[in-house]
Amino acid sequence: MLIIPCPYCGERPELEFSYGGQAHIDRPLAPSDLSDEEWNSYLYVRANPKGRHAERWRHIHGCARFFNAVRDTRTDHILATYKVGEPEPEIPA
Amino acid sequence: MQRFSAFSLFRQGLDRQKGWKNQWRKPDPKPAYDAIVVGGGGHGLGAAYYLAKVHGIRNVAVLEKGWIGGGNTGRNTTIIRSNYLFDESAALYDHALKMWEGLSQELNYNVMFSQRGVMMLAHNIHDIQVFKRHIHANRVNGVDNEWLTAEEAKDFCPPLNIDPNVRYPVLGAALQRRGGTARHDAVAWGYARAADALGVDIIENCEVTGIRRDAAGAVSGVETTRGFIASQRVGVSAAGHSSVVLDMAHVRLPLESYPLQALVSEPVKPIFPCVVMSNTIHAYMSQSDKGELVIGAGTDAYTSYTQRGGLHIATETLAAICELFPQFRRMRMLRNWGGIVDVTPDRSPIIAKTPVKGLYVNCGWGTGGFKATPGAAHLFAHTMARDEPHPINAPFTIERFRDGYLIDEAAAAAVAH
Repeated sequence: MLIIPCPYCGERPELEFSYGGQAHIDRPLAPSDLSDEEWNSYLYVRANPKGRHAERWRHIHGCARFFNAVRDTRTDHILATYKVGEPEPEIPA
Repeated sequence: MQRFSAFSLFRQGLDRQKGWKNQWRKPDPKPAYDAIVVGGGGHGLGAAYYLAKVHGIRNVAVLEKGWIGGGNTGRNTTIIRSNYLFDESAALYDHALKMWEGLSQELNYNVMFSQRGVMMLAHNIHDIQVFKRHIHANRVNGVDNEWLTAEEAKDFCPPLNIDPNVRYPVLGAALQRRGGTARHDAVAWGYARAADALGVDIIENCEVTGIRRDAAGAVSGVETTRGFIASQRVGVSAAGHSSVVLDMAHVRLPLESYPLQALVSEPVKPIFPCVVMSNTIHAYMSQSDKGELVIGAGTDAYTSYTQRGGLHIATETLAAICELFPQFRRMRMLRNWGGIVDVTPDRSPIIAKTPVKGLYVNCGWGTGGFKATPGAAHLFAHTMARDEPHPINAPFTIERFRDGYLIDEAAAAAVAH
């Protein structure tokens, strides 16, 4: 089980959180203007990297707020968490 | 190939078993091949075998970054069934199940395929409705599946607890009698041995690090930890790492990779006659021929490549198993591991050409790829050899997501997988 540092509540066990998938995917402002290929990318295609992954989490059984995390998918180490709206932090290798 | 038979066993016995040879060679990679398969699991080795056997393409290499069968082929719970809801899925998985029925003879290798029956438990009204719908859809597609009452389910699997006062009461079950299990390692070894005998080079400890393309954009070979290997036909069968390998050719896939866990108990005498699955409480179990109870748990909530999985996932499954089968409460678990499964949005696989000429992919099997091994391998070989899909895998393209032709087994199962 991961220990996840919620930016509002501090370190809490994974069971208090729900996962929200890849972060920084903006909903298109005018979906009907998108081509099938662009809509497919928005809905279904994901980065799925082996390495650093910016992703959404929600502290559903705590403050209930969404936030973002950078996690290394090779180790499950959480390298940073940050609030929604903030840019992905630069973390030295 | 040294053929196995009762006679060869007897003859080797006279010679104190000293005459057995290695079952496949350990060749160095050649500079070029007519076809390369990336990934030496059951699917990849099988594809190489069918390329050589069915399509006459024998100058083939299987590149495996670790050892063959060391990925998901050796990490699954060995369950085989074909009772899927949609026509496309039923055709695909039943194609595989029919091939399982003759596989040991085909390969001259005992894959220990045992049609002991797969029973899926219904715990609520929704389960009953869904399973009965599956049963009717399966019948229409010629796939066996039948409804059992709780009492009939207990007759079929005596250890089952059908007390109505437990947390997850058993209200009935769907039984596919042709389903069962097979020895997963033997599937990899049997395909490796048979493919090698037809001239396929199986190259272990050879990780693909890049996909090279020519000026026109078509595949011209792969960069590996053992140097460049040329081929104009490359098939990727890399399970949880499919996104990573295809990214080398800038092909992006609708996949996410999750750890899926399994565990086995200490071995005990034969007590469990079939496979029991419960989608609702997310547990499934069978007993291996060694006597271990083989238990499948769920995926983690988040994507990962760690091959571990969280302890709370396995704990939840064990709690459900103890409730369904109270006599196993004091069993000790011997081993627990994870495999990385590549999950598509509709929980159906992709066996298809990619936008890159000469590059093919067999991926997206998610949490249930083992059962499809012979069928997937056979269809992937067809797709690679003919540069067009077999009618059975024609619906399982990458483009189905763009075009809206999802084969939505995720919605059909109403659970994580």
